[in-house]
Amino acid sequence: MTAAPLAGLPGVAGRTATTRRSLRLNPTLVAGLVLLALIVLVGVAAPLITRWDPVQQDLTSSLLPPGGGHLLGTDLLGRDVFARLIYSARVDLRVGALAVLLPFVIGTTLGLLAGWFGGWFDAVLMRLVDMVVAFPSFVLIIALVFALGQGTTSIYVAITLVGWVAYARIVRGEVLVAKEQEYALAARASGLPTWRILLRHLLPNVLLQAFVFAMSDVVLSILAIVTLGYLGLGVPPPTPDWGSMIAEGQGFVFTKWYLTAAPGFAVVLVGLALALVADGTVQRSGRR
Amino acid sequence: MSGYLSFLARRLVGTVPVLLGISVIVFFLIHLVPGDPARTLLGVRATDEAVAALHARFGLDQPLWHQYLSFLGRLLHGNLGRSILYDTNVSELIATRLSATIWLLVAATVLALLISVPLAVLAASHRGRLADQIVRAVPLVGLGMPTFWVGIMLVLLLALKVHAFPVSGFGKTPAQHLSSVVLPGLTIALALSPILIRSLRTSMIGVLDSDYVVTARAKGLSHRRVILAHTLRNAAVSSITVLGVNIAYLVGSTLVVERVFALPGLGTMMLDAIFNRDFPVVQGVTLVFALMVVVINLLTDLAHAALDPRIELA
Repeated sequence: MTAAPLAGLPGVAGRTATTRRSLRLNPTLVAGLVLLALIVLVGVAAPLITRWDPVQQDLTSSLLPPGGGHLLGTDLLGRDVFARLIYSARVDLRVGALAVLLPFVIGTTLGLLAGWFGGWFDAVLMRLVDMVVAFPSFVLIIALVFALGQGTTSIYVAITLVGWVAYARIVRGEVLVAKEQEYALAARASGLPTWRILLRHLLPNVLLQAFVFAMSDVVLSILAIVTLGYLGLGVPPPTPDWGSMIAEGQGFVFTKWYLTAAPGFAVVLVGLALALVADGTVQRSGRR
Repeated sequence: MSGYLSFLARRLVGTVPVLLGISVIVFFLIHLVPGDPARTLLGVRATDEAVAALHARFGLDQPLWHQYLSFLGRLLHGNLGRSILYDTNVSELIATRLSATIWLLVAATVLALLISVPLAVLAASHRGRLADQIVRAVPLVGLGMPTFWVGIMLVLLLALKVHAFPVSGFGKTPAQHLSSVVLPGLTIALALSPILIRSLRTSMIGVLDSDYVVTARAKGLSHRRVILAHTLRNAAVSSITVLGVNIAYLVGSTLVVERVFALPGLGTMMLDAIFNRDFPVVQGVTLVFALMVVVINLLTDLAHAALDPRIELA
């Protein structure tokens, strides 16, 4: 069964309009993607950009000012701050993006099933969602990381346990609307197996909102990781991470302000890139 | 009025399942600890007696349902267990720290509204023009700012020039409390404003497009008068709604901001407890944070219903 026999239906007509819109140049999306690509590139190519090792300590050159081979000077342990700054992109971006992947998959799947089947599964799932959202998410993440023990795996697990609810809510809401639309009714009436309706017809239509949320969710999860790092609960040292860099620099904020300012700006830049991508995606899809 | 009371009653009953859910999650925190929780919590140097004592204290030798029911029973009596480190009731410890967090929450809310409402009104009433473009660009940058970093930057930029506000501690008198929460409150407000401005702008545009505002304009009222007399009540309703949606975020951000400014509130208490592996305190504070969200949500709903006559109470 292809989409062709359904071409006259209103739900399908909307799709061609979307396709046409997406061909237009969208400056917001392009700007976001370019910025994001640059940040990722700097992280990946870090060894080519700086000759310093981000974890190599040199106590004889502690807290050197910027210049003299060290672009942003050195930290208390004599490590090159610029090297730590760009190597941090590797850790924070990777953990941030991966930490969103599992909640995205789990939440979308559960939301899809709950929205389609309804009944007791939906009721139980939504009560569970209510429980999790009653907590300030960051408090729960910290409590979970504490309970699970410090480390990257704990961060993934904690963010997944807290993060899936948002996707489940969004996708369930979208499915509730979508399943009453003509294309879904037509697919059901034509006797397609349920899994096929869900995967081929519903999922592509409800995924956009989840994807847009995922863009801002990456920002939230990077903020969570950076905050955990600041509190000393994040990626274990000596791995460079923007959060722990800010914490290390805080003691010298009045004499060497760039030690805290620079890693913070890096986070803001990542946030800006992802916000632009999210905004651009919404504009492109024409749903505001 | 009786409609309002029954609304209140139904809203209160509606929180019961959420409260139970919160207790379940807090209860299960200790079962997430890998291996033997008692041994993990006490560390490798723990004696067998200490481990056994902790087992008894948490009832870890009991069946799971029994553990939960006695946990719930204790909660209903306001008993959050005893701190391992201080050997006092967790609820007493929390009571000593609650006021700093509440001061901070109030300061943050007031400052956030003072920042976002005027900017949202400005953007909405100059839609598409320069002021709007600038206000709309702020969230793009602001959303990615780590809250604690904003706090440090505020200290860096303000504290040297403005000595009126202490950069750490809470003081002893209410006046000192107030001046102590200005910078941390401003920090949270700045982190929260991008979200608030975004939603408020959208709802203000809805208000400005509504028929009664068009009528007010058609009557020949000045722009200023339309904004002040006809849209501010609706702006208040929208603000409360938007605040309600972001309450969990607001409460959660106190945790790290208290750390930055060394405010002796619940957040610093939780972080200290984490580093001392004082599990009952971590559990207790987590529970109280969730309770705060539930209570504030309830209050915003009630305020919302009182302010907006269109809300269906029956």
